[in-house]
Amino acid sequence: MDEKQQKLLEHEKQQRAQKRKYLMISVVSVCVFFFVWELITGILHILPDYTMPSPVKVLDSFIKKFYTKTPDGEILPVHIITSLKVSLFGFFLGSVTGVPIGIMMAWHPRFEKFFRPLFDLIRPVPTVAWIPIMILWFGIGLGAKAAVIFVSAFIPCVVNSFAGIKQTSQVHLWVAQTFGASRREMLFRIAIPTALPSIFTGLRLSLGSSWMALVAAEMLAANKGLGYMIYTSRSLGRADLIIVGMLTIGAIGAILSYVLGIAEKRIVKGVSR
Amino acid sequence: MEHNAVKQILSCRDVSKTFYGDGKCTEVIRHIDFDVTENEFVVLFGPGQCGKTTLIKMLAGLEECEEGSISLENEKITGPRPDLGVVYQTTALFPWCTVRGNIEFGPKVRNKDKKETRKRADHFIDLVGLKGFEDSYPKALSGGMRQRVGIARAYCNDPRVLLMDEPFGHLDAQTRYMMEEALENIWQKEKRTVIFVTNNIEEAIYLADRIILLTNRPASIKQEFKIELPRPRDYVSPEFLKLREIITQAMDATV
Ligand SMILES: Nc1ncnc2c1ncn2[C@@H]1O[C@H](COP(=O)(O)OP(=O)(O)O)[C@@H](O)[C@H]1O
Ligand SMILES: [Mg+2]
Repeated sequence: MDEKQQKLLEHEKQQRAQKRKYLMISVVSVCVFFFVWELITGILHILPDYTMPSPVKVLDSFIKKFYTKTPDGEILPVHIITSLKVSLFGFFLGSVTGVPIGIMMAWHPRFEKFFRPLFDLIRPVPTVAWIPIMILWFGIGLGAKAAVIFVSAFIPCVVNSFAGIKQTSQVHLWVAQTFGASRREMLFRIAIPTALPSIFTGLRLSLGSSWMALVAAEMLAANKGLGYMIYTSRSLGRADLIIVGMLTIGAIGAILSYVLGIAEKRIVKGVSR
Repeated sequence: MEHNAVKQILSCRDVSKTFYGDGKCTEVIRHIDFDVTENEFVVLFGPGQCGKTTLIKMLAGLEECEEGSISLENEKITGPRPDLGVVYQTTALFPWCTVRGNIEFGPKVRNKDKKETRKRADHFIDLVGLKGFEDSYPKALSGGMRQRVGIARAYCNDPRVLLMDEPFGHLDAQTRYMMEEALENIWQKEKRTVIFVTNNIEEAIYLADRIILLTNRPASIKQEFKIELPRPRDYVSPEFLKLREIITQAMDATV
């Protein structure tokens, strides 16, 4: 017994060491990346400052951007909040309509027959192709952007909710029927729980694509927001701010999907994923 | 009221079934006719693909009879109902519900009193030997334990008839023996009318009051055997082995 304990401890120690080693590799990778970047830009000046600023410069601009409005007229937090507001609004609209429509399409054959052709026609149109018409309809205010984001969030919600409901097991429906469940109860107690992991996949994809669509929309129609900031910085030759914008977009996208992941873990039970 | 009167509970009158589809007719059940008395343990024993699942589904009201009729206490079965409990072959548990959630599912759907339901669930959880696993999800359970949940779930709806479609078909031999013993135990404590489907002869003899031997597809009744060995039965007793031989011979003749 004692010997076994010893071996167990040994084994755990080895695993921890292994983990540390892998963590080191990741840290080294990031360090190397920034070092090479600094080497090419700040030290050797292989790339000129106005196309590729050094990481030190980017960090500096990032901090300064928190309180300077130049050159695009707003400080970074305002851009972030503007973008978040629009994309979350569009995402919200897209998911509260997309998920139920996907569910209904999968649950009611007639509904599917009616919507399927329309949906199959709309689905292949890329998000950016929606921007011009939305600008014509809604102008360059919140409306056009929210509409574009709505479309880009709507589609993955419909597709994944649909697929999720279709996974409902026939045996589960029989069980529910035997117990006296109505068709409505079968939808809420069997089909939707079955579809939940898939619905969440849809939401995650939607959130990602609405965040990405936002930047595209803001480049074409906006006077605030991260996309707008990047776009303006390009015309002003401020590569540092472009990179600040890009990194901010990346970081916020990652945070959003992380938050949704936490919500998913709390809601989806008993399914190994 | 007579104490030992044998009461007919379920009758299957001259039932036939053919599936139509894919441009062909598949005749699955041909003129099956039998009665079941209250608290009898009937085993439907037949080869794979002969139509056993189809018959169970018809008994459960999940599939219509094409000809003939099935009735429970003289009342025709026209659709699924809670007093016809089914235990399925594959794991039919809801993976998003805990053991307790699965077992309480039926009463909850029918808006039964919460406290009462909980008490019933506790009783059956205890009966099938799952105490301590109430809050586990099915994915954390072994195959045998899952079928225990399935049995408790069916029992919790207070069924008049329990229909079991090869519930131990997917288990390894050892677990299977264990589950047969467990089921025997459960049934002794909570007597119900059971119709149990299997293609395993030992299982059939171990559990049955009566074995109904089915032919190949289309399934019809080949022969019936009353099993009167004392319970619990011994798989290797001479009487058991003798029965096994007799039934195997009758089986061979069906092919
Ligand atoms: N809904 C259906 N439509 C057409 N054929 C079916 C259907 N259900 C079952 N069958 C056919 O009926 C036969 C018997 O199936 P089943 O009752 O599952 O047999 P068993 O449970 O004895 O293995 C199979 O050959 C199967 O292909
Ligand atoms: Mg079967």
